[in-house]
Amino acid sequence: MPPTDTKHPETTSTATPIQTELAVLASAEESSREPRFESTRNIQRGLRARSLFVHVALIAICALAILPFVWMVSTSLKTAEATTEFPPRFLPRPIQWHNYIDVFTNEKSNFLLWTRNTLIIAVLGVLGTTISSAIVAYGFAKIRFIGRGPLFALMLSTMMIPFPVTMVSLFTLFRWLGELTGTQWIGTFKPLWVPAWFGSAFNIFLLRQFFMTIPMELSEAARIDGCNDFGIFWRIILPLSRPALAVVALFAFMGIWNDFLGPLVYLQRPEQFTLALGLQNFQSKSGGTSWHLLMAASTLVILPSLLLFFLAQKTFIEGIATTGSKG
Amino acid sequence: MNTTRSEARQLFRGLTFLSPWLVGFLVFTLIPIALSLRYSFSRYSLLQPPLFKGLENYGTLLRDDVFWKVLKNTLIYAAVALPVGMLVALTVAILLNAKIRGVTIYRTIVFLPSLVPVVASAMLWMWLFNARLGLINSFLRAIGVVDPPGWLTDAHWAMSALILMSFWGIGNTVVIYLAGLQDVPRELYEAAEIDGASPLRKVWHVTLPSISPVIFFNLIMGIIGTLQILAAPMIMTGGGPARSTYFFTMYLYDNAFLYLKMGYASALAWVLLLIVLALTALAAISGKRWVHYSGK
Repeated sequence: MPPTDTKHPETTSTATPIQTELAVLASAEESSREPRFESTRNIQRGLRARSLFVHVALIAICALAILPFVWMVSTSLKTAEATTEFPPRFLPRPIQWHNYIDVFTNEKSNFLLWTRNTLIIAVLGVLGTTISSAIVAYGFAKIRFIGRGPLFALMLSTMMIPFPVTMVSLFTLFRWLGELTGTQWIGTFKPLWVPAWFGSAFNIFLLRQFFMTIPMELSEAARIDGCNDFGIFWRIILPLSRPALAVVALFAFMGIWNDFLGPLVYLQRPEQFTLALGLQNFQSKSGGTSWHLLMAASTLVILPSLLLFFLAQKTFIEGIATTGSKG
Repeated sequence: MNTTRSEARQLFRGLTFLSPWLVGFLVFTLIPIALSLRYSFSRYSLLQPPLFKGLENYGTLLRDDVFWKVLKNTLIYAAVALPVGMLVALTVAILLNAKIRGVTIYRTIVFLPSLVPVVASAMLWMWLFNARLGLINSFLRAIGVVDPPGWLTDAHWAMSALILMSFWGIGNTVVIYLAGLQDVPRELYEAAEIDGASPLRKVWHVTLPSISPVIFFNLIMGIIGTLQILAAPMIMTGGGPARSTYFFTMYLYDNAFLYLKMGYASALAWVLLLIVLALTALAAISGKRWVHYSGK
């Protein structure tokens, strides 16, 4: 998921909250009805020509964006022979629905198990990231203490470290942790979800920005009523931050669902694979021969992401928009 | 006296809430980075404890043709995919910022590809790029190209194929630009219009300076992102043909987990870290000249 600005953390304290962020996807159409201040016929004609040009350009771009999806779904419904036709056909004839069943019953794959594995890691990881990041964000947003600024800058700068840089020593670290605790870590889900319970810099940043917008007076009032920090965090801040928590949970889920390198490094046996890893395994085993099955499998892997997006479109877009507009 | 005590209390409160991250930072970031520095000076195969060898790994690195090859490939990929991708994304965002009917639908469609997990998009593009049956070559043949490129199976085209594919997933960047564009004050455009500025001049003199912080942000994130490209080439080409798509992080992975040269892989990791830091620092220095903060 997109990490965020690391160069000017000091300017971020005045940033606007996610809620007041632009509802990017929905905002333009209303304002298109605004009266314009010049309205001679020539200018209107010019504007119409320009918006026609924009429509044509956008339709072309959208066609390019959507064509691969169409082709994927089309291939996923073809027979093996139909995938070799030239010229290729977009509407498969005959439509072979049972490709989708074959994906599950194929002996080279175990999609149900891989889905289960991915969901286990996702639930543990999403819970961990959201809870721990919120706790840390409260410390950064609501408590004044010596060294807070430098620590915050340090946290932001960790987002610049690519995972491959620490991958090797993390592997040895988890191996060592396994010896230390007497249970295996490498070859289990643990390296994939345990670190999530220690906060993630990007999500801490996002939540901290949101918490900053909640007036201090609320905390003070609760304190007078006898609440301690944890009470304020739990009863005041968290309930008011549902939209921001949703963004964090959503991004965390997508990150785990899409992750390839993590599972590749830590998981070893096919029965532990996540969907991403399983899909890759399925592809390398079935070679370049069964594109119709590969596309059916890919469609199935993409589907939850798309569904989630359409269910939580606003949350998504506002979250992403927030990451970049804090320069 | 009293202030110090309350300061200490505040510090304790603060660190209590920060403790998950402090522990995580120590265990999952600081120690691994320090460990990998140590490994980078050692010979370490996982089977035996690390053996200190000084600068041996770094010396080997300089004489390693594959190292130079993956470095070159990675820098070429970043140098093309990043600026072109940023330009395409900005252009698309400017179009999507137009006040026209149906723009919501256009925005959604442009964003969709960036939701696709990298493994799935790798599968999909392998199929699209398939030399014999792929949609792209079918199209090229249909418009009269007799001998279309072999894309992923052709050492001259595989890199271009990966770069082309990367543009499919720019939806995230587009949305970030779009948010920046919507923050540009309308008065600036109106003032430019009164001065008789053409649309292109408005983009150059109003839009670009106004969203320069967002461009800067995308540049930094893009540098970090493109330099660690791994999954797509690993799945689609395995680095081939003839190492034409063999990238830095893939070589790092192979050294660590295929050849079990953890020390050498750690040296690669440190070189990668230094490259990332150097390039982002360079971007930050250049940013001082062209990034304008409106100071809201």
